[in-house]
Amino acid sequence: MVNLITELSKYVMTLLLALYTLLGFWLVRKPEEEKKAALWQQDVFFLWLHLLGNLILYLNTLNEKVIGFYAAQLIFFVIFLTLQHLLYPKSDKLLNHNMLLFLSVGFLILSRLSFDKATRQFELAVLAAGLTFLIPWIIRKAGGLRRLSWFYGAAGLVLLLAVLVAGQLSFGAKLAITVHEITFQPSELVKILFIFFSAGMLYESQELRQVILTTVLAAAHVLILALSKDLGSALIYFVTYLVILYVATKKPLYFLMGLLSGSGAALVAWKVFSHVQTRVLAWSDPFSVIEKEGYQVSQSLFAIGTGSWFGLGLGHGMPYKIPVVEEDFIFAAIAEECGVLFAVFLIFVYMCCFYMIINIAICLKDPYYKLIAVGLGTLTTFQVFLSIGGVIKFIPSTGVTLPFISYGGSSLLGMFLIWAVIQGMYLKRSDEVAGNEEGKRTKKEKKKQS
Amino acid sequence: MKKAKGQKKKRKSKVNREYRNVMLLFTGLFALMVGYLIYFQAVKSRETINNSYNARLETFEEQTIRGSILARDGQVLAYTQAEEDGSERRVYPFGAAFAHVVGYSQYGKTGIEELGNFQLLTSNAFFTERLINELKGQKNRGDSLVTTLDVDLQMAAYEALGNHRGAVIVMEASTGNVRALVSKPDFNPEEIVSKWSLLSSSSDGVLMNRATQGLYPPGSVFKTVTLLQYLREHRLMADGYQYHCEGKITEGDFSIRCYRGSQHGDLDLKEAYAKSCNGAFADLGRTLDAEGFRSLAKELLFDSELPLNLPYSKSLFQVKEEDTEAIRMMKAIGQADTLVTPVHMAMLMSAVANDGVLMTPRLLDRTENYMGDVVVERYPIEEYGPLISMDEATVLQDYMRAVVVEGTASKLQSEQYTAAGKTGTAEYSSDKSKSHAWFAGYAEGEKETLVVCVIVEGAGSGSEYAVPVAKKIWDTYYP
Repeated sequence: MVNLITELSKYVMTLLLALYTLLGFWLVRKPEEEKKAALWQQDVFFLWLHLLGNLILYLNTLNEKVIGFYAAQLIFFVIFLTLQHLLYPKSDKLLNHNMLLFLSVGFLILSRLSFDKATRQFELAVLAAGLTFLIPWIIRKAGGLRRLSWFYGAAGLVLLLAVLVAGQLSFGAKLAITVHEITFQPSELVKILFIFFSAGMLYESQELRQVILTTVLAAAHVLILALSKDLGSALIYFVTYLVILYVATKKPLYFLMGLLSGSGAALVAWKVFSHVQTRVLAWSDPFSVIEKEGYQVSQSLFAIGTGSWFGLGLGHGMPYKIPVVEEDFIFAAIAEECGVLFAVFLIFVYMCCFYMIINIAICLKDPYYKLIAVGLGTLTTFQVFLSIGGVIKFIPSTGVTLPFISYGGSSLLGMFLIWAVIQGMYLKRSDEVAGNEEGKRTKKEKKKQS
Repeated sequence: MKKAKGQKKKRKSKVNREYRNVMLLFTGLFALMVGYLIYFQAVKSRETINNSYNARLETFEEQTIRGSILARDGQVLAYTQAEEDGSERRVYPFGAAFAHVVGYSQYGKTGIEELGNFQLLTSNAFFTERLINELKGQKNRGDSLVTTLDVDLQMAAYEALGNHRGAVIVMEASTGNVRALVSKPDFNPEEIVSKWSLLSSSSDGVLMNRATQGLYPPGSVFKTVTLLQYLREHRLMADGYQYHCEGKITEGDFSIRCYRGSQHGDLDLKEAYAKSCNGAFADLGRTLDAEGFRSLAKELLFDSELPLNLPYSKSLFQVKEEDTEAIRMMKAIGQADTLVTPVHMAMLMSAVANDGVLMTPRLLDRTENYMGDVVVERYPIEEYGPLISMDEATVLQDYMRAVVVEGTASKLQSEQYTAAGKTGTAEYSSDKSKSHAWFAGYAEGEKETLVVCVIVEGAGSGSEYAVPVAKKIWDTYYP
């Protein structure tokens, strides 16, 4: 009977996510007034999906903690949405929905993989939500952020250097530093500093001198990351910078030159560094080296392929066979148990977020915030691309986390921060629109008077 | 007023052009990625997950009763008997006869049991039936695999090989359908568990499929390759070729004799091939262009991957610059360090018979649900591509026919079919009296053109020991 329910719920869950995604896309460009009913509808799909997923998990494990955990999540979601609504009535609800969707999928698959990690992730999420709660307000009100570009750049470089010098080795790369027993990955937060730095510098001036100066400093970031063997982050910083540079200068040539030199550097890295060769080998033919280098990617493909379109059902697969499944390879676990279609819709939700963020950038008037928005959107989306692309063997695996879903505090806090900054800019946009209309009105009134 | 508004809009879209480009760029990237994921799942996943490292398939066994393996006419080659007490037993009705090709499924999986493992553990039984099983907590019945194997031909080959070690492969030239595949010594796959330590440690390599993995010196069968190289160098004409055989050819203090000291006398090229004159081929072997010979061997899939989804060995043939005259003479008659698998020789013969085009060997025809009323998947007939030109194939066909008409395989003359091929007697140790008996060829008749390749280990000459096996198979097929 449990099997049957698990079996049927797979289809229902896929359908619910499909409907959620569809509504999401439909909502992206709708005016505020029309959104309300559809947003409610989306809430309903989301809640059913969340309930069903946890129910299956409970039925398959009979672990009563699952029920308590489900209730805790629900309370957190409700409080989060309510507080957001009270404090920021004009925030982007869809963006919040999508974030909660990612979080809930993450909690679900993590509690299936390791209940301890799931609860830890939940605690971190609550903490991150608290820490970043006032960020939208700060962004909305703070005026002088653009004057601190040099500080962002310097702070970022110092933090990354600290990792390079004092970082701990994990899977051959230096990613984290430990202070007072708290392990932390600075590159997850430096990302945001990096965007504020690049956007600020290129906002000030787009003259060649400034471009060269900024590029050199940005390259220093990338280089330090590459030296720490954090290839994924290096790539993300690199691509994000190129996009900001292109958008700021409006010169496609810069983008192409950057891409070309990046490819050149990648080629050299591949020729010279054995750890790069390993990654490429594990990508090009994982099965020939399945015992060692190709083991992770092979297991990931087994998971996805065996799960097939609708998945093996929560608790019915073997995602734990994939090394580092909770972090970098979590997408394979989702595809294995919830199905490839479910996973595809999840990708669509990430895409939906990207469109929303770029849309905010387009609608903003202040060129500084426009650049920051496009930077944050690119960063998140490219990270999704690297993570999923590596898991499905579309590109070599670079070991990056899947935003909001992968286990890991730094990554989660970083994503909460990014979302909060974006919400802040969304509020700024509403202010601009309101200010404009006010301006128009006063003009008209003046005309009348005259 | 209206115009101004339009202009304003245009200007705005120009302002944001870069943002739209970024959006397009990432949309493209993601479209490719999602496309790849869907392509992987739709096309590549089956082949990928059917891997012994994929532990997930073992959980399938807890939910599915392993499906049956059927011969081309529906006769059951393997099925699982589910007992009252819930235990299961894999039954192989033909015992040892299909041991290597059908394989076994415990202590690892081999043969078709491995090739079709995923299909056998997937159930496409009727939906309501699966639903009821689910409710009752019972296992579903896995799908059946219908193979291309032919019970009559397999049994004919199995019996013809008798107590000898060796291998036989029978395949259709125009489709690549494998009709029979025998390897001896054999074992009963039902005893794989009870006799595992004996079987797995046996020095005879009982578990090895000799037809695809056995590496043998090809002996005179290889003269076909030498012949083709010679013909290529002479625009497919051999008018000027003459050789006088006195039973042996000498080079320095090294000499090669013809089989059992026979003296063939005056020969043209076709007679030399038909009678398998070692002297003639050793003689022309030293004249051949090394570079051309090497590239021909490569084209004929020596030292290469074969289009075969069973475990196999690669055939080895190398022409080296430092080869002495004597070694080149040996290589021309298929001795020295050249080694081939029977399946490779069968594939070469099938290309010759099929006007130069090799068809990919095919073992699986289709997957059906266990009732046989729904075809789940059909496996297409695939062309691997031409190995040699049609003209070359035509000339080789003529030469191989001469082997039957006036040469070493005259036992194969028949009213029912027209056979062609090449015999071989390959020495494999310092004891010159020991040799493997080879025959590789094809026969045309009123049915499909059937390729047969036979190796009988340590038996003696090809004409005496391998040719009769081929004859039994063709006599069975073209009654």
